Amino acid sequence: MSVEPSTLGQTVSEIVQRHGNLPTRLLQILREVQDSLTWLSPEAMDAVAKEVGLSLDKVRRVAEFYSFLYTTPRGSYDILFSDNITDRMLGNRQLLHYLCDKLKVSIGQPRADGRVTVGVTSCTGMCDQGPAALVNGYALTSLDKPRLDRIAALVNQLAPLSEWPQEYFEVTTNIRRADILLGRHFADGAALRAVLKRGPDAMLEELVKSGLRGQGGAGFKLALKWISCRKAPGAVKYVVCNADEGEPGTFKDRVLMQEYADLVFEGMTLCGRVIGARQGFVYLRGEYRYLLEPLKATLQRRREIGLLGKNILGEPGFDFDIDIHLGAGAYVCGEESALIESLEGKHGVPRIRPPFPTTHGYLNKPTVVNNVETFAVTAKIAAEGGAWFASRGTLESKGTKLLSVSGDCERPGIYEYPFGVTVRRVLEDCGARDAQGVQMAGPAGHTISSKQYDRRICFDDLSTGGSFMVFAKHRDILDGMRNFAHFFVHESCGFCTPCRVGTSLLCDLVDKVHTGHGARADLDEMRRLGRIMKAGSHCGLGQTAPNSVLDSLDQFPEAWTRRLRSTSYEPAFDLDASLGEARRLSGRDDPGAHLPDEYSAMVRLAGLLTEREAPLSDDERNLLGALP
Amino acid sequence: MSGELSFTLDNQPVPFQDGQTIMEAARAAGVYIPHLCFNPDFAPHGSCRVCLVKVNGRTQASCTTPAMAGQVVQSETEELRDIRRGILEMMFVEGNHICPACEKSGACQLQAVAYYVGMLASPFTYFYPRRALDASHPDVVIDFNRCILCELCVRASRDMDGKNVFAVQNRGIQAHLVINTPSGKLGATTFSITDKAAQVCPTGAIMMKNQGYGSPIGLRLYDRESVKIVGDVAQAPESAGGRRHE
Repeated sequence: MSVEPSTLGQTVSEIVQRHGNLPTRLLQILREVQDSLTWLSPEAMDAVAKEVGLSLDKVRRVAEFYSFLYTTPRGSYDILFSDNITDRMLGNRQLLHYLCDKLKVSIGQPRADGRVTVGVTSCTGMCDQGPAALVNGYALTSLDKPRLDRIAALVNQLAPLSEWPQEYFEVTTNIRRADILLGRHFADGAALRAVLKRGPDAMLEELVKSGLRGQGGAGFKLALKWISCRKAPGAVKYVVCNADEGEPGTFKDRVLMQEYADLVFEGMTLCGRVIGARQGFVYLRGEYRYLLEPLKATLQRRREIGLLGKNILGEPGFDFDIDIHLGAGAYVCGEESALIESLEGKHGVPRIRPPFPTTHGYLNKPTVVNNVETFAVTAKIAAEGGAWFASRGTLESKGTKLLSVSGDCERPGIYEYPFGVTVRRVLEDCGARDAQGVQMAGPAGHTISSKQYDRRICFDDLSTGGSFMVFAKHRDILDGMRNFAHFFVHESCGFCTPCRVGTSLLCDLVDKVHTGHGARADLDEMRRLGRIMKAGSHCGLGQTAPNSVLDSLDQFPEAWTRRLRSTSYEPAFDLDASLGEARRLSGRDDPGAHLPDEYSAMVRLAGLLTEREAPLSDDERNLLGALP
Repeated sequence: MSGELSFTLDNQPVPFQDGQTIMEAARAAGVYIPHLCFNPDFAPHGSCRVCLVKVNGRTQASCTTPAMAGQVVQSETEELRDIRRGILEMMFVEGNHICPACEKSGACQLQAVAYYVGMLASPFTYFYPRRALDASHPDVVIDFNRCILCELCVRASRDMDGKNVFAVQNRGIQAHLVINTPSGKLGATTFSITDKAAQVCPTGAIMMKNQGYGSPIGLRLYDRESVKIVGDVAQAPESAGGRRHE
């Protein structure tokens, strides 16, 4: 984005005033200041602090916490490649290097002329249409070399994003299977008419009958949450929609927000009526920036037709409105109390619980936080009844679940199934014919092998927020584990010891084994680390971060053991790696500049092959996979 | 006993008052649960995770978990000792804690708790981070190498001293303690050795100048008695090698 030559002070002042000088808007303010200035310089942060009336360290705390906020200079065009394992399967690393070469820029470093930065980011939620990236926060999909050639030219011409080919920004919904949520028509206002006609208590009764549980993955009984918040003392309450869909491999909330926003807003408004709240917030992940204007337009339309705002449907005192907050790249903000902190304009560290948000949430007021899908479902239940919903699913898991299917399959996209569907059925439907395993519910979920394909997707067996990533036989499961381990290092908030340090230690061990330096003792150490992190971490992030490593040690032991050295113990100190600095300084990376270690050399060459050269065929991959 | 609220901690009944945490009730009853970021003068923080206990079978931080009648709490089990030991091992590899070369050795709560949970060396790979020392203040040295991010100094300076000298910045493994001045130097602040923040550090990260080795190693605070008996360095009188200025 080019910067108008207005003074920094003026720019900041205008933005802060537009947000009413409110500290709760700090994250939104910093996002917009950065949009104008490309990065948050000390002067910019100082100006924001003064205008909002906060101390500089509080502003800096927020600026340094979120990965989409920069406290060092960035290019006018900031391009971030999505680096989920599904993007990697589609060759994103190769494209990343290709674009860097084209633009003559190194990863993460602004080009000397300040025009462009190219880097990587956690999964952007486009796994069914990758390789994906973001440019200045806007989603790019289905990248390939011809597109990158064009993008490099557009960057060098300083073309504004509005002049880029619009198909580069096209996001398709890929709905492959619809059931009661996606498949049935919903008349706008039906849920709100139902609650007006029958009253909040009758609606709560329907929700109890429905058996609906939180669709984000944790499975908390929805009616209990709403009743607890309705009962909580206080005149001011809030409804918060968690659209911070950060779990790698999940994108169903993106589809709901893009195609079914009315249903989601209707569910939130219904919740407002039931618990007695007048204000709702959607916490939309920064990666879905492209949805902001369409969602605002939908909100405006709902106000105009009396489904939002004052006296909804003509009912005196039925007031409810919705505001959208954008996140800025922090997976931990999917945890509801961290999300609330972020909504208050702060850095997103999960709170101590109890107290719970239903009594002490946003600004310490009673607050219901539910996932996008959950709100959409409540609107349907209000209109059609709890029994109707409960007629689908299993005893413990009623209704349906949206799955985001990606990875090695013919038909990636959104699949809606009644709870209880087997993994095998999903694999058949999506055309995954040679799957060796599935990463269920994202890196924080379960790694399952073909022995477990008859397990059922529901809260009492395989619980999930919806991520379903398929690994075909030719893939190396360890590539996935390594990708996930790095993801958690990047996303740990750093508050508690087991997660802050444990994610790094675990990642180093996975790297060590992956690069052929591991021994049996390293696997034992991973298990112990995993135990400590699960038992000791402050929130769900650290408690679930070791899941994929621990599961894969059980489900795919040979993927780990075949890379081990025969010794029982190998030191972590890697002599050849420690010579890396000398190699960089001397500009050498030829075999003579490496220690004569055949094994490491082979692993290094294999890595180069997969990263830089033309895409490998299945046979080539098999050959490569068999080498170590 | 009727009418008195209590839970059991390692099979012993512990009375509590409504609103107390498990840690506070245990402390009042004279039962030691190892901890580092907890300090009775401050609201619970829950970040170091050393005070983990099992509450009705679920692992939770005792400093943030409200005591409830009838809870079955376990603390001194081999499983919990291993987890606590693991957390201490993580702290030792994250920073640079070179006990034999540290003036705080013997009067360091981190070291004392490590001994208490049976940690003698860490099996994990040391990070050896490069962190600069800050000796810009006339009376105090800040050694960031020894910071465990308990945020006691942050909380004390902000909430008690009203100076807001310290802060934590960045996230994940990059999270680190900073001094709230443009130069990042303690010398540029109004920090004083009589501040509460100067007396709460459980490690050797905030060290007084001009008073090294006042008592010989071997005869220091935790050399004489276990941390289980002595308690927090911040609560022990300065004359005994603690931090409390009398």
